[in-house]
Amino acid sequence: MNLIIIIQAGVATGTVLLFATIGEILAERSGVLNLGVEGMMLMGAMSAYSVTIATGNPWAGVLVGMIAAGLLSQIHAFITITLRGDQVVSGLALTFLGTGIALVLGDGLSKAGTIALLPRFSIPLLEKIPIIGTIFFSNQNILVYVGFLLSPLVWYYINRTKPGMHLRAVGEYPAAADALGINVYRLRYFYVFLGGLFAGLAGATTSLAVSPGWFSEMTTAGQGWIAIGLVIFAQWDPFRALFGSFVFGALRRLILDIQGPIIILGFANPFYYNPYYGFFLEMLPYAFTIIVLVIGSREAVRKRIGAPAALGIPYIRGERGL
Amino acid sequence: MSDRQNIKSSNTSWSFPYTIQFELRLSVPPRWYPWAVSAAAIVVALIIGGIIIAVVGGDPLASYAHIARASVGSVGVFSDTLVKATPLILVGLACSLAFRMRLWNIGAEGQFFMGAFGASLVVLTPLLPENTSPWLFIPAMIGAGMAMGAMWGFIPGFLKARYNVNEIISTLMLNYIAVQWNNFFIFAVWTEGGFQMSKVFPRTAWLPRLTDYADRIPLFRGLTVHLGFILALIAVVIVWFIIYRSRWGYEIRLIGDNPDAARYAGINIGRNIILVMMASGALAGLAGVSEITGVVHRLQGAISPGYGFTGIIIAWLAKLNPFAVVIVSILFGALILAGREIQPSGIPKMIQGIILVCLIASDIFLRYRVRIVRRSAVAQEA
Repeated sequence: MNLIIIIQAGVATGTVLLFATIGEILAERSGVLNLGVEGMMLMGAMSAYSVTIATGNPWAGVLVGMIAAGLLSQIHAFITITLRGDQVVSGLALTFLGTGIALVLGDGLSKAGTIALLPRFSIPLLEKIPIIGTIFFSNQNILVYVGFLLSPLVWYYINRTKPGMHLRAVGEYPAAADALGINVYRLRYFYVFLGGLFAGLAGATTSLAVSPGWFSEMTTAGQGWIAIGLVIFAQWDPFRALFGSFVFGALRRLILDIQGPIIILGFANPFYYNPYYGFFLEMLPYAFTIIVLVIGSREAVRKRIGAPAALGIPYIRGERGL
Repeated sequence: MSDRQNIKSSNTSWSFPYTIQFELRLSVPPRWYPWAVSAAAIVVALIIGGIIIAVVGGDPLASYAHIARASVGSVGVFSDTLVKATPLILVGLACSLAFRMRLWNIGAEGQFFMGAFGASLVVLTPLLPENTSPWLFIPAMIGAGMAMGAMWGFIPGFLKARYNVNEIISTLMLNYIAVQWNNFFIFAVWTEGGFQMSKVFPRTAWLPRLTDYADRIPLFRGLTVHLGFILALIAVVIVWFIIYRSRWGYEIRLIGDNPDAARYAGINIGRNIILVMMASGALAGLAGVSEITGVVHRLQGAISPGYGFTGIIIAWLAKLNPFAVVIVSILFGALILAGREIQPSGIPKMIQGIILVCLIASDIFLRYRVRIVRRSAVAQEA
């Protein structure tokens, strides 16, 4: 059990959470809570995997996976933005729907053979940096590097560009944004779609890179929900999302690795001698999500940082209120 | 302020000759109207589901005909449908109660598993010997199961009341934890000969079924409806009384409709969050007890095909009305019962998802008058 290898693998696993979390941050920043991440991820994972089998080209898989999840997200957008439905229930419905459709269309995919995977490579020079180079820049999947670039880009976009300012305005005070001539409905549709694309990318990352294959609902195993928890922990900030995702990724990897060695830290490893204790290890990511939520919620109260003010509230032109 | 809004912005370059217009309903629609809208939503959902089944190469009509035949085709299968409906009524009530306060308990699935665990604790530890009278055994199991379910509801309730932790995520995470918790006991502690299940419960710990009285009333032969169904109906009346006829229920409804008004009225919201989550968890726990003492008769991994999640749809479809929960649960019990034999296995889940989506979309017809008008007409009005 090598800590560096665990963190290195954790960065790869965490990339799945990172994409999903960033997508949800964008949607929530525009004022739309989308609880359908798990369903969209499953759609993305299933479409990406099956298209890769059919075409032999994993990039086609990634593209179709993203679009499939993006289209699914538009159901949520239509219900919550146009029809002004309840965002919580609509998001739950989206998870049911995405999971159901993915299971129906993905029937039999688990028996498919090996597929062409996305390329892995090391970054020259950077991989020579001790420890950090090994963890972040050595033999990682190409999507992991995409993830590294994504956080600063999205941060810059949200906080330093004009469209990013419009995004924040729509999420904080849509009536004011509307008065300035920003099309609130259209922007919200767009960011829900963008969130769907990223959720699809997260799904594709799972089924084509991190743990290749289609394992029905266990392909994502609740990671979409963990991502929603991470958004709160990250306080809607892409950099904190990066940190949180990698910690969670490393935790998942640690759970697998800790059951290997006979002796751990000089003690007999209880997880080696009684593999059934592994069930308690499996609880950790979920328990940890709850702990992270407690920390995130307390910090938010202390620092007076909150969710986007209009989060969860449908915007109705010409009505009083937010 | 105008109550007539045009949802399509006027400056879009692409223009469709017709546009949708929403007008706020100023008068309360007739009583039958919401149910008619829901029924229409289900019909639309079944049509969409049928199209998808046809696309993946199935025969939608045969699938639906099969569902109908395998769920209400005879007294025997209808009895099986009621057996499937029993846990659904209880989780549907659990969700209705919590949702009434706009408390999103998505954790009925985990509370269901913990309820099953609580009942197993009484039988398998064993807290009571095998030859205990059913008159003591059954109440003890119900008590233990409901207590475990309530505990599983207390955790997210407390975290929400004390630290403002989002209950949707905490209840969901607790689902996964409950399943692993049960797995540990099934695999490591109560395993029977290395299989992933406990030994069969003693007969004294089974809920009585109609078929158990077949030697006295031959008509009951083979009917598997068990005491849990009666318990569920009793729970329906109690929950209805609590929500609509008690002071506590008034507080719950007030918090759900207008939390600010409730706060100004001096209602302790934090305490109500914890209590409602516990009551909701106890109901879902009772569903778990009923399922393993009435149907499965042992603790094993596959005791729920997602009852806890179906409960969310049932509560929504029933518009949080406890009596409507019974009818909707029987419909969904039929879907689950018949769905087991339909391939691919994801179809029932997909249809549930489509039904929920259509239901939420149909809500717009309750709050607004929806009209499709010509664009030129809109321009003239403006």
